[in-house]
Amino acid sequence: MSTATQETTRGLVEITKVRKSFGAVEVLKGVSLTVEPGGVAVIVGPSGSGKSTLLRTINHLEKVDGGFIAIDGALVGYGIRGRRLHELREKEILKQRTEIGMVFQNFNLFPHLTALENVAEAPVVAPRAGKPRLSKAAARERGLELLDRVGLKDRAGAYPRQLSGGQQQRVAIARALALDPKILLFDEPTSALDPELVNEVLDVIRELAKSSTTLVIVTHEMGFARDVADTVVFMDQGRIVEQGTPQAIFTNPQEERTRSFFSKVIEPAFNI
Amino acid sequence: MSSTATTVAQSAPEPVSAGAGTSTTEAPGPVSAPENGGAGSAPGTPGPATDYADYRVVPARHPWRWVGTAVVGLGVLGIAWSLATNPRWEWGVVAQWFTAKSIVDGLLETLKLTAISGALGFVLGFVLALMRLSASPLLLSVSWTFSWIFRSTPLLVQMLLWYNLGYLYEKISLGLPFTDVRFFEVQTTTLISQFAAAVLGLTLNQAAYSAEIIRGGILSVDQGQLEAAAALGIPAWRRSTRIVLPQAMRAILPTAFNEIIGLVKGTSIVYVLAYSELFYTVQVIYNRTQQVLPLLLVATLWYVVITSVLSVFQYYIERHYSRGAVRSLPLTPLQKARKFLSTHATDTRAKGLR
Repeated sequence: MSTATQETTRGLVEITKVRKSFGAVEVLKGVSLTVEPGGVAVIVGPSGSGKSTLLRTINHLEKVDGGFIAIDGALVGYGIRGRRLHELREKEILKQRTEIGMVFQNFNLFPHLTALENVAEAPVVAPRAGKPRLSKAAARERGLELLDRVGLKDRAGAYPRQLSGGQQQRVAIARALALDPKILLFDEPTSALDPELVNEVLDVIRELAKSSTTLVIVTHEMGFARDVADTVVFMDQGRIVEQGTPQAIFTNPQEERTRSFFSKVIEPAFNI
Repeated sequence: MSSTATTVAQSAPEPVSAGAGTSTTEAPGPVSAPENGGAGSAPGTPGPATDYADYRVVPARHPWRWVGTAVVGLGVLGIAWSLATNPRWEWGVVAQWFTAKSIVDGLLETLKLTAISGALGFVLGFVLALMRLSASPLLLSVSWTFSWIFRSTPLLVQMLLWYNLGYLYEKISLGLPFTDVRFFEVQTTTLISQFAAAVLGLTLNQAAYSAEIIRGGILSVDQGQLEAAAALGIPAWRRSTRIVLPQAMRAILPTAFNEIIGLVKGTSIVYVLAYSELFYTVQVIYNRTQQVLPLLLVATLWYVVITSVLSVFQYYIERHYSRGAVRSLPLTPLQKARKFLSTHATDTRAKGLR
């Protein structure tokens, strides 16, 4: 990574030979993946294939056992001094995380704070790389803007439990956007939603896919994946089996394992 | 699948049974007709479809509930009667001492002890809880050992031990260990007064218990909350105070108030140090006047008053922390009373108009 490219690059994700075990179970067995700046990578695969774990290593919620992850050339969780990798201090890790937004399957909104307070919390207190913290007033203003963007400005004062699942997830997306991240991670964002609420969330993500933010999405919504992805990544048993354009992966998969997985999950989705 | 649902909707056009799935595929005609129709106006509706809006609702009767109420009511009345009429309760003596200066002074001492050792105990308890949850094995085991020791020795023993510290260690000093350098040295007996021994004993004991209460509260908060906060780059201290603790409060408060109320009465154990709080004062007086029961009643009534006031605080503080946990906050007793009065007032007005 030369400094010249770093200036212009925004949100390049490079995952190199990442391994991760929980106890005796190796959930990631040397995964390598590159997501171009502004790109949309959708990771699909059966449960337990390591999709979510891979996603969580990108913002260092999971520490990797081997391999490394870089955002715009900077290692996640480590600093380089000479030929040594130093584990970063908490504050530095938090700084890195402010550039990576994350949306969870169970929303994880703070239930004791209103929708607006949820969105406006982090910009006031999180240490940000090269940017000042926002004042409370500025954070509120920005929060209202973002809630407006996800269509929930009129629910700014509502507590999460007073909102539907779809609305909660849209607030969670607004919260993740509040720090202007280069990269957004979505961990099965619609899996906890009623079928009729799924689309209002997917529509918001579709809008984001058009922006310059890099998106990495783990999902089971194959139709959505085909619409929105630049790259579809198929994972199974801790490895990437196959990756390519949605066209290539969905209509002409090369691997037998990919074919058998899609034959089970895609059929109903494509018949509509 | 969709065809069977359609036939069901057609054969039995009750308004509710038409599924959401059919309304999208099927023309709205047969589904929506009975909804609009109301009382029998829908063409081809079989059977009676009556509108019950004009019928009067008769509440179910509960005769046994009335019998139970009467029995309990009689019992309560009997107790109240005996309390009022039995001269041996000596209510006159109770009234005479209730606001006597010595009693009020004792009461203030009790409140002071409760406030100081309660506050210090919970602050220390919070620190101990964080230590117990930390990743450091040293902090963890120190916290565990603290709770273990102070929960397994009787408060009475702790209290006497602190008061008699001067017997074990004549002087307390601050200096370099294993040398003769002393920065500061004082006689233990001058440092540990009755008050200091009482506060020390109550605080440390309280801290051991509240540490467990606070730890339990923190553990009750979903792990996802911490992850979300960490993913947003919120610093650790802010995560604890702004995200976790307010949510933990809901689990902490009921038990914490239990502890505080226990502490109010627990301060009476300080009488072993001859410290003149409420209970000791009462003892001194009845030893002199021999009016044992009335004076114990005086103390009891004050404890009841303190507990009642604390319960009111508890109600409102718990209500404050239930923001967001319930969809809409329940009415406070005051709001309920106001609502009752206003609806009652409009009721009578409406009846008057009729």
